[in-house]
Order: sequence, then C-alpha cells, then structure tokens
Amino acid sequence: MLDQVIFYFFAAIAVISAILTVTRRNVVHSAIFLITALLATAGIFLQLRAEFLFIVQIILYVGGIMVLFVFVIMLVNLDAAVRQLQFARQKWVALLISLALAAQVGLMLWSTGKMPGQGVPVLAAAPVDRLPPNSEAVARSLFETYLLPFEIASVLLLVAMIGAVVMAKKRT
Amino acid sequence: MDFVKQYWAPLVCSLAIVAILPLVAGYIVLVERKIMADMQARLGPMRVGPHGLLQPIADAVKLLLKEDIIPEEADKLVFWLAPVLSVAAALLAMAGLAIGPAFQIARDINIGILFVVGVSAMGIFGIVLGGWASNSHYSLIGALRSSAQLVSYETAAGMALVCGLLFAGTLNITSIVQAQYDQGIWFGLLAPVAFFTYLVASIAETNRAPFDLPEAESELVAGYMTEFSGFRWSLYFLAEYTNMIVVASVATTLFLGGWLRPFPRTTWLNFIDFLPPLLMIGVGVYCLRRAPKQPARVQQLFMLAVAGLCFAVALVLAAPVVLRTPLVNPSWAAAAKPFYEGIHGGFWFVFKVSLYIYFFMWLRFTLPRYRFDQLMRLGWHFLIPLSIINVLLIGIAMIVGQYLHLGGWTLLLTTIPASIIALIVALFILATEQKSEPQKASSAAPDSYA
Repeated sequence: MLDQVIFYFFAAIAVISAILTVTRRNVVHSAIFLITALLATAGIFLQLRAEFLFIVQIILYVGGIMVLFVFVIMLVNLDAAVRQLQFARQKWVALLISLALAAQVGLMLWSTGKMPGQGVPVLAAAPVDRLPPNSEAVARSLFETYLLPFEIASVLLLVAMIGAVVMAKKRT
Repeated sequence: MDFVKQYWAPLVCSLAIVAILPLVAGYIVLVERKIMADMQARLGPMRVGPHGLLQPIADAVKLLLKEDIIPEEADKLVFWLAPVLSVAAALLAMAGLAIGPAFQIARDINIGILFVVGVSAMGIFGIVLGGWASNSHYSLIGALRSSAQLVSYETAAGMALVCGLLFAGTLNITSIVQAQYDQGIWFGLLAPVAFFTYLVASIAETNRAPFDLPEAESELVAGYMTEFSGFRWSLYFLAEYTNMIVVASVATTLFLGGWLRPFPRTTWLNFIDFLPPLLMIGVGVYCLRRAPKQPARVQQLFMLAVAGLCFAVALVLAAPVVLRTPLVNPSWAAAAKPFYEGIHGGFWFVFKVSLYIYFFMWLRFTLPRYRFDQLMRLGWHFLIPLSIINVLLIGIAMIVGQYLHLGGWTLLLTTIPASIIALIVALFILATEQKSEPQKASSAAPDSYA
C-alpha cells in the first residue's frame, strides 16, 4: 500500500514536470522542471531498490549534464529565444506517430493480461530484505560478464568527445 | 520497538541535525573570525558574551530581522527557490554521514559515500539559479564562474575518492572505516597524493579562498549572492558552511580513519584514550583562570558555566575509558564498550573534521586569491591528470602488493613510489604544456567565462 502511494507520488511528479518541461516558455524554468523529472525518476529507481542506478542518475544526469545545460542556457540570449516559435507545426505527423506509439503500448499491456508469456514480462517480486546490494552486482556484470561491450562503448564515447573537441578547435 | 528504530530514531536524528547545524555553522563563523583576528594580531569579536561567545546568536537575530529585498526584475519563483535548494542539498548530504559508529541517520546505505558526494553536488543549482534569477551581471558572472569551477574540480575530487575506495573495496561508510581498522592504517597515508588532490578540490568545491572566485568581492561585489539579503543570504551562508562540514567529513571518513583514534589496534598506545578528557579538562581550567578577568559580572558567570560544561564533557569522555582499564570489574568494561565506541568515536570524528576545517581557514588567511584562468589551469592541466594517473598507478601498486603479500603498513612500500611517480608525471605534463604555449598564456586576457 505504502509502496504504491510512494510510486504514484514519484510518477505523478515525473509526468507533470516532464509536461511542464516542454510547455514552459522560459528555458531556465524548463531546465528546473527537467531536473525535477529526473529526480523523480531517481526516486522510482530507489523504490525498486536499485540504489546504484539512483545515485548514478543523480550524479550524472542531475549533477553533470543538467549543470552543463544550465551553464549553456546562461550564455544564450534568452529574450531572443522567447520570441521565437516554440512548437514545430507538424500537428498531423505528430498525432499519427503518438497514436501509433499509444497503440503499441496499449497492445503490450493488453496482451500481458490476455496471453501469459507475451507482452510485458511479469517478474516475481524480489524479497524485501534479502536483495543483494546491487552496486557490486552492477560492477560484476559490467567488468566481468560484459567487459568487451563496455569497453567498446567507452571507446565510442571517447571518439565522440575527441571529435567534438577537434571540430570546436577548427574554427578558431 | 523495531518500528521506533526504523522510522522514529532517524527522524529525531535528522530533526536534531537540522536544528543544530545552523548553530554549529554560526560557531564555525565565530571561530573563523577569531582565527582570522589571531593571525592578523587583532582580538576579533569581544563584545557579545565573554570573548564574543554569544556573537553567533546576535548575528542570527540580526539576519532574521533584516529587510528582505527582492529585486524588481528578478525571477521571483527561482529567486525564492535557489537558496532553499542550496541548503536542502547540503543538509540532505549530512544524512548519509556517520558521526561515530552509533550516530548515522541513513544507516548502512550500500552507496554511502556516493550518496553524500552526489547529493551535495546538487547544491550548485542553488548557486547557478540564484545568480541567474537575480537579473544582475555580477550575480550571473559569479554563477557562471561557480558552475565552471565546480564541474572542473568535481572530476579531480571524484578520482581522488576512487583512490581511497580502491583500498576500502566498498562504498558503505561504516565498512570504509572498518577497512581502515582492519588494515591498521589510514588511507590518507597510503595515498597521500589522492588526499592532497581531494583537499585542493574540496576547497574549490566549497568556494573557499583562495578559490572563492564566484564571490570575489574585489571584482564581483559578492558574486551570486549580490542581490540576496537578510534571511535568504544567511541560507546561502548556512549552505556554504554545511558543505564545508560535508567535505571535511568525507575526507575524514575516507582518508583520516573516520571515528577511529590514531593507531586503533596498537594496545601499548591505549593511553591516547585519555587525551580527549585531558584536553577538555585543560580547556576548562583555562576558562576558570580567565573568568575573574572578565569585565562584567554576567560574563564572569558565563565563563564559569563554560568551564563547567568542559568539565562535564571531560567526565563523560573519561568514564568509559576508566571503566575499561583492568583495575575495575571486567563485566563493567563490557558494558562500557558501546559507550566508549560511541562517545570517543564521536569525539575523534568531530576533532578530525575540526582540524580539516581549521586548515581551510588557515589557507584562507594565508594565500591570495587565484585569477580565474589560473584556477582553470590548475584544475585541468594539473589536478585532473594527476588524479587520473594516480588512480592508475595506485591500482598497479595494489596488484604488485598482492603478489608480494603486502598489507597494512607494508603496502606503503608500493603505494608511496606510485604516488611519487604520479606526481612527477603530472608535473612533467604541466611543464611541457606551459612550454608549448608560452605566448598565448601571457598575451590572452583572462577570460572570466572560461
């Protein structure tokens, strides 16, 4: 019962602030609501007892990426941005795509109830007290089981970073 | 009973922290002013209470009664939110810390130290948004400087923490201290370069002098706090001092043995346990001697009360130690053990945190302020390479140590050379970089946004 209340609390915050993120005209307000949405998601991670994901969400997204977002926003001329057109005029395409997406999600949820073994996988609930601490589990799967994919992903990110630096340097 | 332990004890503890921290921060400010006065051959605050002991309370009353000004063109909501964010992040980070083995609000969180670091890093939004919402150029430049500074130095601090965590093998705060007990050595000694990196980075992260560029008063009036007044301003102040306590506690936990006394496993050094009560008795005797020299009757009484408090603390500190000596009944010693661990653990933790904060103050009154491009150069060209190389070499040193079956103090044989090599390589990198761009460094105007 309490679990559900907490979940819906965080979920409501996440959804509402996500909507506000795209509808606010002021960019800084958008950024604040995006931070709120990310924090609420972190809260849901914590409720799922994924404490490592929770703190990584906070450190990377809130503490790292959003700080850079806000930093860049401060350097931009906000008055000009407010006067610009906020939404793209692609109503019908957007409607079509979102309807298709909604239909897909609905089908998934519907098939979960109707056909066991199909749709969203239903997992057994984990025991509350005996769940192993998962930072160790994450480390083990990243650095033992999936070491090669992990390293490839890091090299890819490094390439992207160096590429960005090189492209930025060319102009001066 | 379980319910009380699980829900109400942490609640009461957190309320205590929220209630006490402003007072502690106020007294840190008083200590800072007193140390500053001492270093500049002055007396410092002397009027309110004996030796200015009641000054923080007078300051608090003044701040609460001050007029609260919100600039006309400010973004009201964000202006209101920003200081609260700063304080909330700093206070939330306190929840993850362990002051002694017995006193911890969020007990045994698996991600312990990451929680503290990650949550306290969120305080930067208070600074950036506050600077932006003030709608003033000084504030905005202060906020920009602050975010650039924090993002740069967080990398170095994180890498330094990784070094300590390599030795601990866990993120849990209690287990980190336990690991230092088991290995019989502080991780700060095993990885001195990492400790140094964290020390410098933590000064930059708390915006303290010599890295207090976000609020450099000679250039920016007061940086991001320029437009804040009264209570809001004091919230920023509270956040700054709480952040100091947080970084000092993290450093103490990871590098200085947490709540362990020096040499916790050496039995012939057990007399160290008597030093805390002796210290308190010494302070009490000093207060007694100074009491008759106070100018007013009230101040004399107050001084006597302070002396009495010191003696009481000394008694509390001494009782578990005396009970643990072999002279008294051994069953009492067993009963006194949790009290000994709790009380003395708390004492040593607070003592180390105070030393760390004292070091901050010492640096503040000794070193002149850096220029912003110098600060960035120090961070990106020296501290970040240094910390990365250090993590790499300490890891190699630990593997070599495993092959040679080293542990505890003997592990110093491999980690100290590794630290020295890391330092030399980082200095070499710095030197070659400076050689490669000598004209650029001198001719380019300092870029306050960089």
